[in-house]
Amino acid sequence: MNRFAKYLASAAALIAAPLAAQTTAITGGKVVIGDGSAPIEGGTVLIRGDRVVAAGANVTIPADARRIDATGKWVTPGLFAGFSRIGLVEVGAVTQTNDMNASGSPFSAALDVQYAINPFASPVAVNRAAGVTRAVVSPSTANSIFGGYGAIVDLGADEDPITRARAFQFVELGETGHSRAGGSRSASHIHFRALLEEARTYARNPAVFDSDLLKASDAKALLPVINGSTKLLVHVESANDILKVLDLRTDFPALDIVLVGANEGWRVANQIAAAGVPVLASALSDLPYGFEDLAATQSNIGRMKDAGVKVAIGMINDRDAHQLRYSVQYAGNLVALNKVPRATGLSWDEAFAAISSVPAEIMDMGGQLGSLKAGRQADVVIWNGDPLELSTQVETVIIDGVDQSLSNRQMRLRDRYRDPAPGTLPNAYDH
Amino acid sequence: MKFRALLALVAGGSLMAGCAATASDTKSASAATPAQSGQSGGPAFPSTYEAYPSTPTAIIGVTIFDGEGGRIDNGTVFMVDGKISAVGGPETSVPENTTMVDGSGKYVTPGIIDVHSHLGDYPTPSVSAHSDGNEATAPVTPEVWAEHSVWPQDPGFSRAMANGGITALQILPGSANLFGGRSVTLKNVPARTVQAMKFPGAPYGMKMACGENPKRVYGGRNRMPSTRMGSLALNRQTWIDAQEYRSKRDDAKPPKRDLGKETLAGVLDGDILVHNHCYRADEMAQIIDMSKEFGYKVTAFHHAVESYKIADILAREGICSAVWADWWGFKMEAYDAIPENAALLQQAGACVIIHSDDENQIQRLNQEASKALADGRAMGLEISDAQAIQWITYNPAKAMGIEEMTGSLKAGKMADLVLWNGNPLSVYARPEKVWIDGALMFDSGDPKRRPVSDFELGQPGEGDVK
Repeated sequence: MNRFAKYLASAAALIAAPLAAQTTAITGGKVVIGDGSAPIEGGTVLIRGDRVVAAGANVTIPADARRIDATGKWVTPGLFAGFSRIGLVEVGAVTQTNDMNASGSPFSAALDVQYAINPFASPVAVNRAAGVTRAVVSPSTANSIFGGYGAIVDLGADEDPITRARAFQFVELGETGHSRAGGSRSASHIHFRALLEEARTYARNPAVFDSDLLKASDAKALLPVINGSTKLLVHVESANDILKVLDLRTDFPALDIVLVGANEGWRVANQIAAAGVPVLASALSDLPYGFEDLAATQSNIGRMKDAGVKVAIGMINDRDAHQLRYSVQYAGNLVALNKVPRATGLSWDEAFAAISSVPAEIMDMGGQLGSLKAGRQADVVIWNGDPLELSTQVETVIIDGVDQSLSNRQMRLRDRYRDPAPGTLPNAYDH
Repeated sequence: MKFRALLALVAGGSLMAGCAATASDTKSASAATPAQSGQSGGPAFPSTYEAYPSTPTAIIGVTIFDGEGGRIDNGTVFMVDGKISAVGGPETSVPENTTMVDGSGKYVTPGIIDVHSHLGDYPTPSVSAHSDGNEATAPVTPEVWAEHSVWPQDPGFSRAMANGGITALQILPGSANLFGGRSVTLKNVPARTVQAMKFPGAPYGMKMACGENPKRVYGGRNRMPSTRMGSLALNRQTWIDAQEYRSKRDDAKPPKRDLGKETLAGVLDGDILVHNHCYRADEMAQIIDMSKEFGYKVTAFHHAVESYKIADILAREGICSAVWADWWGFKMEAYDAIPENAALLQQAGACVIIHSDDENQIQRLNQEASKALADGRAMGLEISDAQAIQWITYNPAKAMGIEEMTGSLKAGKMADLVLWNGNPLSVYARPEKVWIDGALMFDSGDPKRRPVSDFELGQPGEGDVK
């Protein structure tokens, strides 16, 4: 093969789509559907092409199906990270590799992470190997309360990470919003309302739009927020800030709000539930980082759930570009709370749903992602034990029906330094 | 300890100034070296900690991880007068009038110890008024003491106890400076003053930092160091000056007291332990050579994400690595971190400590140790559960110089221990009770046995399970 042919071959390998007709049956495992139902012992997961055909106890396996024996193992949907910055950062402090926000840009709401997400960033490979297959990817903010458009991505080893571009707009309306808007929540709320009004002005006559507050691109980006066709992810923590966000729908009734963070959500859980607003909450936040977090507790998610709030685990500002693999540990900790007097946790089934189907549903993608129900994208993980337990390892990851490589540079470094003293040649020759 | 600490308090506080402490008083604060003495000869800023009242207590039918790699099933731990009296199997005899705790299905470990914390110095709420962890006005500040920044009302202390079973911890200055200052080792007991938290008899540590942080902080101001070579030059010149100070210290006319050089001389004397923030393997090797040039020892490299690359060297040199289980990628010098770091060090016979440097992960060092253990096993390394517990108990105690007093469940040691409601290496386990010097300081079943800091009193969420 000449060099060009080799290049083509490797490029083809990168985008290896499942054969349309290929059918795979994963048999004998403890199957977790991911929708909050109890695991099924000795179940089968049947995949055809990039979709789940069936999962459960009584699945007929076609004669020509490829079989993967998962006896003694657990089979689950891939983990769905409810809030992240995966793919936007290679090395956090190396600014050229950090695309979370744009402090030098004149734009805000129009910024769009779909152009920045790098499927070849090493955090994507590391977290893929830990069973994370999908993620909400949000920008952060710099000069405005608005961060821009976020996306839903897959963590597959291919060049097309975007599942849904422009899936939501991100806005800060708590302590961060206070500082972005100029030093007061009065300012962040008037800013929010004024910018949305400006966007309406833009819509009436784009040709003559001339605003002191907003660029035309940003105005255009806010229009689908106003009419509810694009979700609005709002980062707030305190009970009072949450109530003020819920109140926004008095003036902007179509806003499709999702709360992010919400450390004090439990204090106003009934109001959140009554508003029908879902939450991507931080699981183990329990310290008063700021005065907006005074009542933070690990029982927050459990209490909100008990009040009828739809709540999933997100990781805002919590190593959210590198450590989505913490999702399982966080979910496991919420299960642990059940044995702590006065604490409120989640059942195991609920906890796993909080990192699979529930975040997918909150992003209106529950029909396509987040569980092993028939018709969903075939994101499947095989584990050698309880996926929420710390000792458990991932054995197989399938994304969109494609078997994924679990290799990453951490594993390569591990193998190179298994015996660190150089042998007959320096370590650099060990590859 | 209670009695001795009381003596130290009397000597320092109530008696006339100039009234020299007795020999036994001086010895009681075993770190009372010249480098840290007050003018009167007694220790400066002495510990006023006293153990809280305890009742003779036995935990029976419990699985014991003793902190030194041992495990006893269906075991008994008996503590009396703040000390561990007996540790053994079901045959262990317990006197009458002992409070019995049924430990069946539960686990007991020594109190968890964090060798790297900034609680109190960088407390929550993390407002700028509370930012007291880096004296980032000069790159060489061995004269500052972390204890003078500790805010005892940091709610993080109580979280570390209730969720993490932390009974002792070292508070370090931050890593902006090459020489960050003295550390302080605390008992994780709520108190009005930091002196009432100071671990009696614990030696001091000194924080050093290599790598990106000092050169970023000072290079950004066009000051030395702006490079790694600048850091080493400034480090070496500082040690040269410290050696000179130390050589003149006992002259007939000694030099004027110099707080920074007192600390550096204390390191050269071997009384103050060096805790060196250092990520990269090649830089650790440079620091080791520098320590040999000036005749001191590095006790532990902290954040040592690349220790696995030189595990053999670290084992040979007898230097501990204080590491996270899996942090990586947040800056260039953390880029090559791997989750098998701790296990590879253990495999090489090097000293391993799992540390937090974080107000959240200090609440689950047991889980971090468990992940590091699992990743080692996944690559085929054989490490026992009990060895992983040693990473968060005896080993940090050793690096803090308090291993004769705490860090393992041995008769005669301080009764610092945690009863877990399940295997502490499981994600589903939490502390049920925490004793410090035999006193029950946390009981998950008793809302009144849960500390609530002044800051949280009268606030939303006061006394919640957190």
